[in-house]
Amino acid sequence: MDRLDDLEAQSVFILREAFARLKKVALLWSLGKDSNVMIWLAHKAFFGRVPFPVMHVDTGKKFAEMYAFRERYAKEWNLDLIVEHCPPIETTDPTLPPAARYAARKTEGLKLARAKHGFDGVITGIRRDEEPTRAKERVFSPRGAEGIWDVRDQPPEFWNHFNASPPQGAHLRVHPILHWTEADIWAYTRRENIPIIPLYLSQNGKRYRSLGDADITSPIASDASTIDEIITELDATKVPERSGRAMDHESEDAFERLRTAGYL
Amino acid sequence: MNVHFSNPGAAPVLQRPLVRIVIVGHVDHGKSTLIGRLLHETGSLPDGKLENLKAVSARRGMPFEWSFLLDALQTERDQGITIDTSQIRFRTSSRDIVLIHAPGHTEFLRNMITGAAQADAAILIIDAAEGVREQTRRHGYLLHLLGVRQVAVVVNKMDRVDYDAARFAEIETEITGYLAGLGVVATAVIPISARNGDGVSLRTDAIGWYAGPTVLEALDHFIPAPPPQNLTLRLPVQAVYKFDERRIIAGRIETGRVAVGDEIAIMPGNKRAVVKSIEEWPVPNESQVPRDASAGQSVGITLDRELFVERGHIVSLASSPAAAGRSLRVRVFWLHQAPLAVGTKLIVRIGTAESRGVVSAIDKAVDPGALENIANVAIATNNVGEVEIALSQPLAADPHTLNPLTGRVVLELDGRIAGGSLLLALHESDVRQAEPETIAAVAKLRAPAVVRDLAARAAELAPRFASLSPVERLVQFRNDVDGRITFTTSFGIEDQALLHMIQKSGIDVDVVTLDTGRLFPETYDLWAETERHFGRRIRAVYPRHDELEPLVARRGINGFYDSREARTACCFVRKVEPLNRALKDAQGWITGLRADQSANRQRMDVVTAEADRNLLKLSPLFDWSRDQVVEFAKTNGVPVNPLHDKGFISIGCAPCTRAIRPGEPERAGRWWWEDETKKECGLHNRG
Ligand SMILES: Nc1nc2c(ncn2[C@@H]2O[C@H](COP(=O)(O)OP(=O)(O)OP(=O)(O)O)[C@@H](O)[C@H]2O)c(=O)[nH]1
Ligand code: SF4
Ligand SMILES: [Mg+2]
Repeated sequence: MDRLDDLEAQSVFILREAFARLKKVALLWSLGKDSNVMIWLAHKAFFGRVPFPVMHVDTGKKFAEMYAFRERYAKEWNLDLIVEHCPPIETTDPTLPPAARYAARKTEGLKLARAKHGFDGVITGIRRDEEPTRAKERVFSPRGAEGIWDVRDQPPEFWNHFNASPPQGAHLRVHPILHWTEADIWAYTRRENIPIIPLYLSQNGKRYRSLGDADITSPIASDASTIDEIITELDATKVPERSGRAMDHESEDAFERLRTAGYL
Repeated sequence: MNVHFSNPGAAPVLQRPLVRIVIVGHVDHGKSTLIGRLLHETGSLPDGKLENLKAVSARRGMPFEWSFLLDALQTERDQGITIDTSQIRFRTSSRDIVLIHAPGHTEFLRNMITGAAQADAAILIIDAAEGVREQTRRHGYLLHLLGVRQVAVVVNKMDRVDYDAARFAEIETEITGYLAGLGVVATAVIPISARNGDGVSLRTDAIGWYAGPTVLEALDHFIPAPPPQNLTLRLPVQAVYKFDERRIIAGRIETGRVAVGDEIAIMPGNKRAVVKSIEEWPVPNESQVPRDASAGQSVGITLDRELFVERGHIVSLASSPAAAGRSLRVRVFWLHQAPLAVGTKLIVRIGTAESRGVVSAIDKAVDPGALENIANVAIATNNVGEVEIALSQPLAADPHTLNPLTGRVVLELDGRIAGGSLLLALHESDVRQAEPETIAAVAKLRAPAVVRDLAARAAELAPRFASLSPVERLVQFRNDVDGRITFTTSFGIEDQALLHMIQKSGIDVDVVTLDTGRLFPETYDLWAETERHFGRRIRAVYPRHDELEPLVARRGINGFYDSREARTACCFVRKVEPLNRALKDAQGWITGLRADQSANRQRMDVVTAEADRNLLKLSPLFDWSRDQVVEFAKTNGVPVNPLHDKGFISIGCAPCTRAIRPGEPERAGRWWWEDETKKECGLHNRG
């Protein structure tokens, strides 16, 4: 087994645990590289069939390429797709910095969608290497009734045993690719030939490393126009992945506040 | 969090070993600082991070704080302590490293465990001024329970003690002694100042008196824990899927291998079937259909017949099924606020199985921080102990000495993981005296068919072991060998000395004696006295009556005097065959052999490969003289056979052992009627 086999085996194990131990789960499909890998892993885990709904919480602000991708692969992958829309930006806390309000909108959309469908588990594609508060996450992460993450009181989690019985009213976030890195995602995408949105590949000297809402996500300068070139580029870079995401950088605790309030 | 730095000449990413290393130690001894320093000195910090940390420190009116790199939560920064574990990647010239950062504060021990349980290796950090403290000991103890075998010690803040070599030596002695008692040998003890950068990647002048590895070099010596393919098959069932016409049993292989055509047993219940296929998506073309799979892989298999299989069952080979039972004895670490007491109701999880359970007895409760035994009433938060748990339904598992993965038991209280434990024994029902039956059940477990390169393994270990003391050899052997280690004793003085060392170092070893039925009365008395002295039962293995009875009928009760052939036949039935059974499931064998005991034995080594038995043999006393052993036994008050004082040196069966005259070779007292060069009894084959 090489490193990718190992990552895959662990993720498959986690997905099967989530499906076995929770009553009603959904996989959050942001259409980005990480959630595409998750969908691929789900096919592996369940031998060609994704046995739970795949949910896109849509801000309506995504790139056109992303919507095209969604329509095509929902069909091709035979997904039980749920699209839910976020409430308007005016409903969010006006004291938050501007980009954070976008995130808050998404958090609210997720909260409403979860309540509407009664999911007790939401599978998401966050990774430890993205950001320091994500590095502190559990694989099965309990969320309070309002979606609140209590970072001061996370339960112990070890030896591949997960806490899958959240208290009444609470739910779980499940993180099957928490242990992967950005480079792992690309290496696996290449090995397995997983489709991606072309925005990740360089055009006119620019490409996206991370895809969020079109109006608050900026591309990086890059000539990497194939996945191989992306892998080589990542090997040398010292620039963090989410540097193009405005919401992370508005203040020291901006992202922590978003996450404890229920953001991914 | 991820950091990168370019490293020309480094191997391509996916071929580089990935090692997970946890940094543990008492609160404020400098774990977070060391990580910050390591990343800085290896040029691993992302662009802008240093400036960011400076600004964050300044905003709080503090001098530059490395710890803010990982202590990312606002409350962590405000209080200056780590609350939860996190991970950060970096890269040395030889490997990729996941540094797992753990809190030192006792209130957050559950988070330390969450981090440490994922590690292949650990760095235990100690403040040079404060020395070994409560969490130093507790973390050291827990590393062992969690299965982290590679540990390096870092003595930090040497600047606070003026880089005093004597102070360093004092701490080194204390901590290595403590760890050795737990069965852990520190791979290095390194003096550093994380704040000033001594000993992290550079051996600076300030620690000029130190010649050992730097922290970075120590990291480069850790290796990823290999998936346990050499143990027998254990595949805990996660689910059975029937999405189409296939009925797929899905799970992750914990240990061993499975192949199409294998006869398997589903435990509990011991239902048998043959593996029909190994399933995969995307469905591979004919020529690439997988025929086998091994430890670490998440797989799906189908069987040749419909059996009742469900989540929680363990698929094992029919030739070596997992054990099953309703009563567990475990060594537990307890994390919940409410103490664990007799009557506490729990959910017990082993692999993918779960059952309700209730604590029926508490035998030992220890505070590993204070090094104290506590009254055996309850196990308080963050303490350890041994408990018995009665289950509402039988679960499949293995004692952890036989299988470190299926021997792990997790305890859940109020819907939350509350403790972890190692399975010591598993009984059919709630009978506390069921020891022999358990052992018999356990003896059914078969070791792996072939351990590749056993000889190479021995050749690699022997030189390393040569420079160690007997106790260190025992501890190191326990670290290097996965699965059961059996010590065979005949209660000779060497064996008695070894048993003393085994007991003192607390390592997990199966102690066995072969009762030939012809031992001296003194030996039986010593056996009983030894059990009293060390407070443990010694497992006895007997000859098979269906072989012994015909032998005695044919040759007579003392037929062994008639010919060498008759003697070896007797030895075979009374000793060799029972020994084979005693060692059947062992991966390691400890013996009291010394090189100078006889002409034959001078060709031996401290570690040898026993290819026939498929195990490694350790002779910790191989380079000791008889006098050294006698001296050791005397100073340590080890009970010895009174026959030694009457001129018996090597004591075996009564009719076949006599006293020797001064100056005669030691083993002249055995089978004295035979040629000296042919006297091995068949227990210690070689060549
Ligand atoms: N003088 C001196 N101080 C140090 C050294 N290393 C760390 N410190 C200081 O010791 C204090 C504690 O360091 P941390 O790295 O936060 O300790 P920790 O072990 O991570 O603490 P917890 O995570 O809360 O258990 C900080 O103020 C550091 O600056 C050192 O080598 N010399
Ligand atoms: S040592 Fe003597 S009595 Fe014991 S088994 Fe061998 S021959 Fe028989
Ligand atoms: Mg810390």
